[in-house]
Amino acid sequence: MSNAPILSIITFLPLLGAALILLVRGDDEAAKRNIRMIALFATLVTFGLSLIPVWLFNPATAEFQFVERAAWLGGVISYRMGVDGISLPLVILTTFLMPFCILASWVSIDKRVKEYMIAFLVLETLMIGVFCALDIVLFYLFFEAGLIPMFLIIGIWGGKRRVYAAYKFFLYTLLGSVLMLLAIMAMIFAAGTSDIAELIKTGPQIFSRDMQFWLWLAFFASFAVKMPMWPVHTWLPDAHVEAPTAGSVILAGVLLKMGGYGFLRFSLPMFPEASAFFAPFVFTLSVIAIIYTSLVALMQEDIKKLIAYSSVAHMGFVTMGIFAGNAEGIQGAVFQMISHGIVSGALFLCVGVVYDRMHTREIAAYGGLVNRMPIYAVIFMVFTMANVGLPGTSGFVGEFLTLMGTFKSSTLAAFLATTGVILSAGYALWLYRQVVWGELTKPSLKGIADVDRRELTILVPLVVLTIFFGVYPRPILATSEVAVNALVESYKQANGAARTAAAVPPR
Amino acid sequence: MVSTMNAPVLDLVPILPELILALGAMALLMYGVFTGDRSARTVTVGAIVLLVAAAVTVMLIGGTPRSAFNGSFVLDAFARFMKVLAFLGAAVALVLSQDFLRRERIEKFEFPILILLSTTGMGVLISAGDLIALYMGLELMSLALYVIASIHRDNAKSTEAGLKYFVLGALSSGMLLYGCSLIYGFTGTVQLAGIAAALKTGPISLGLIFGLVFLIAGMAFKVSAVPFHMWTPDVYEGAPSPVTAFFAAAPKVAAIAIFARVLVTGFPAATQQWQQIVVFVSVGSMLLGAFAAIGQTNIKRLMAYSSIGHMGFALVGLAAGTAAGVQGVAAYIAIYMIMTLGTFACIIAMRRGDEAVETIDDLAGLSRTNPLMAAALAALLFSLAGIPPLAGFFAKWYVFSAAIEAQLYTLAVIGVLSSVVGCYYYLRIIKLMYFDEPAPAFSPVRIELKTVLVASALFNTFFVVYPAPLVAAAAAAARALF
Repeated sequence: MSNAPILSIITFLPLLGAALILLVRGDDEAAKRNIRMIALFATLVTFGLSLIPVWLFNPATAEFQFVERAAWLGGVISYRMGVDGISLPLVILTTFLMPFCILASWVSIDKRVKEYMIAFLVLETLMIGVFCALDIVLFYLFFEAGLIPMFLIIGIWGGKRRVYAAYKFFLYTLLGSVLMLLAIMAMIFAAGTSDIAELIKTGPQIFSRDMQFWLWLAFFASFAVKMPMWPVHTWLPDAHVEAPTAGSVILAGVLLKMGGYGFLRFSLPMFPEASAFFAPFVFTLSVIAIIYTSLVALMQEDIKKLIAYSSVAHMGFVTMGIFAGNAEGIQGAVFQMISHGIVSGALFLCVGVVYDRMHTREIAAYGGLVNRMPIYAVIFMVFTMANVGLPGTSGFVGEFLTLMGTFKSSTLAAFLATTGVILSAGYALWLYRQVVWGELTKPSLKGIADVDRRELTILVPLVVLTIFFGVYPRPILATSEVAVNALVESYKQANGAARTAAAVPPR
Repeated sequence: MVSTMNAPVLDLVPILPELILALGAMALLMYGVFTGDRSARTVTVGAIVLLVAAAVTVMLIGGTPRSAFNGSFVLDAFARFMKVLAFLGAAVALVLSQDFLRRERIEKFEFPILILLSTTGMGVLISAGDLIALYMGLELMSLALYVIASIHRDNAKSTEAGLKYFVLGALSSGMLLYGCSLIYGFTGTVQLAGIAAALKTGPISLGLIFGLVFLIAGMAFKVSAVPFHMWTPDVYEGAPSPVTAFFAAAPKVAAIAIFARVLVTGFPAATQQWQQIVVFVSVGSMLLGAFAAIGQTNIKRLMAYSSIGHMGFALVGLAAGTAAGVQGVAAYIAIYMIMTLGTFACIIAMRRGDEAVETIDDLAGLSRTNPLMAAALAALLFSLAGIPPLAGFFAKWYVFSAAIEAQLYTLAVIGVLSSVVGCYYYLRIIKLMYFDEPAPAFSPVRIELKTVLVASALFNTFFVVYPAPLVAAAAAAARALF
């Protein structure tokens, strides 16, 4: 059992599902139903199998586990897979969210179901691959290939301005990534290996301070766009607004996490000196992101756009926590990524529920939903509170830990970022009041029905998880603890060594 | 003289593939002349068989590098790699052409024979060990190309394409010859090995640099690199589609091959000098290919600019001037050729009723009228754009990592940025096919076109699973030059 290539199986199982869907003939209702069932089944099995590594995972070591290796491109570049305490939660997040995405598209996607499901399953393979890849070229491959299915998902099944949004998403992210590609080439040439585990160990010594700066900037170009950080976040609101519900869920839930994961996997451990040097820069951008995008969110008229801007603000906490460079900050960042994955995904699903009924995302088109949709109002409230960061929901834990970590590293940044918490309460509660509270006066809303069984199946597990992790965050924190501590240790050591070296300058 | 050793007087084995092609072409010509135009189909099939036989022969000869005619003709691993590509590329182009030419009523038995002769020229060109053989091969290849560009002689565009190609081609041949004569004058030899030896001993004179520049100009014309690219869009657009497919595939392989061979084996001591020129040519081609294609509406013109850009990318590897760089060039050109032939199979298949259509708007909504063709073309376009995990990404990977190793950072950065710009117009076609409302459906696609298209798309998609053979072959080819 332990010899089975479990990570490869999890990664490529969705592709098998896609291949099966390809075999389904016909365009009638029965065929569509079969396609949906196959997709759901494939994602469920993938999720089930992804629990095996959780079961067997040893949280007491910072080493990569379930490591696989096979010859691939020749030379130093080979096929390597493995997970540690930082990547495993993200893998589970991905496999966990996928069945919900399929369910959420059950009725709302009615044209070209086959292509839609194939695109989603391919995307799942690529996303899991990003978190499992232990070879830097393989990582890039998965990282970049995800653009293709997402481009098609936004472009084919998106809203009115889908073409613009799809182009912007694709070209923006590609532009960031190609510079990282060159940096990867330079790293392989300098270090003579493309093994991520090896690069983490030896990278800080091999790459000189100057080289680290350039490499860090190149990686930053890619991850900052993906994250997205202010001021390169502008693709996100467009992409979110135009993407179909499930596309938004995946975008907010998983794709944004790739940026944070990249910082944790590459920037911090491989270029520690540059990371420490640029930390104030990242803090500045993060604080601007938190305050500025929260203010922008206050002004939105489109529900999805508001949530998109709030995502940018929440990702600001993640980058801040990561570059705080201490255990609290990074633990908080990992936790915040998981929590935001669940909460923002759930918020987009909530929007999807009313969008499917009314086909509009205008905040002004709603109001007083509580009168007709009491269950929906409760569910939406839980996620709104989690988005605000109310204690007792998972949102609180992540924000609190990242703020604490940042406080240790830069009091001013933490102080300014805390105002973001207040602002987020401002826009989130405003949104909730506009949409749910009040009199139901609009005639178009008179006949609106409450959530049905399928929607309840989607939303209830997310509610449970949000509250569960808010009350008992231990499972995630325990998984990542040792890996994060090792990362912090090596980060501090590298910078301590650099500082002592700098303290005795050879005049 | 060292070179007059007691070697066998005539070792014809190295030129066996070219002999097969040349003699076969003559035999087919005789057959065609005596049977008239209705022999066209037989001659085409014969030509395809000959090309495949020549490619197989190249592979079978194998083993150590061998040369003939006192070193004028070299058959090493590099030549074998490129020849197999060029011969098979020509064969596939012929497969694509048959039905199209018949429908356009320009099916002539001369067409496959001209392709055979041109391919023979490519064989000589790829194997050229001295400047005379280089010129001979180049002219044999080009003269045949001029004629087939205007094979549709009742069509003004086609004849214009042929004439334009001929006049500009003649000019470039003149420059190339002038360069050769300067090089001969300053080194006293036309043998590439001799030139390399002569350069090693003395300082590099200005006259020789002049010769080198003219020589590179001549070769840059053949690969259609900036600033000698002007002919490409007009010729690509004007020539009948299968002819364009041929132009974009096999001659490019041969021209890039001789470009690399001449510079790497003939002028290793002047690497610094030619590196600057190649970097300039490469940057120019990448940028022009990326920006000029944006405004195009004719898909053949668009492919012309795309091919200019791709030659720029391939030259990035050559600019590195290392074995890794040449390996990148070899891998790039192989993957490029397969992508291009697939794309042209699709372009040739674009017919409505009895008419060939060529604007990219005709592809609108193809994903609904012909999902297979749309999916295959989308895979090829993403591959041309260099998005992983498709083969085109690996092509770019090898040339750019060679450039990074050679510390040509600016070149690499300009290269990847222009590849992002280039993405835009490939995405535009995908957008048309997938996001837009369908245009009227195309006529049913012929089986041979479908086969080439699907095979090419499958290669590009699944290259990532098993890249080792091509990479190893390219590496062996590159080692042969160093």
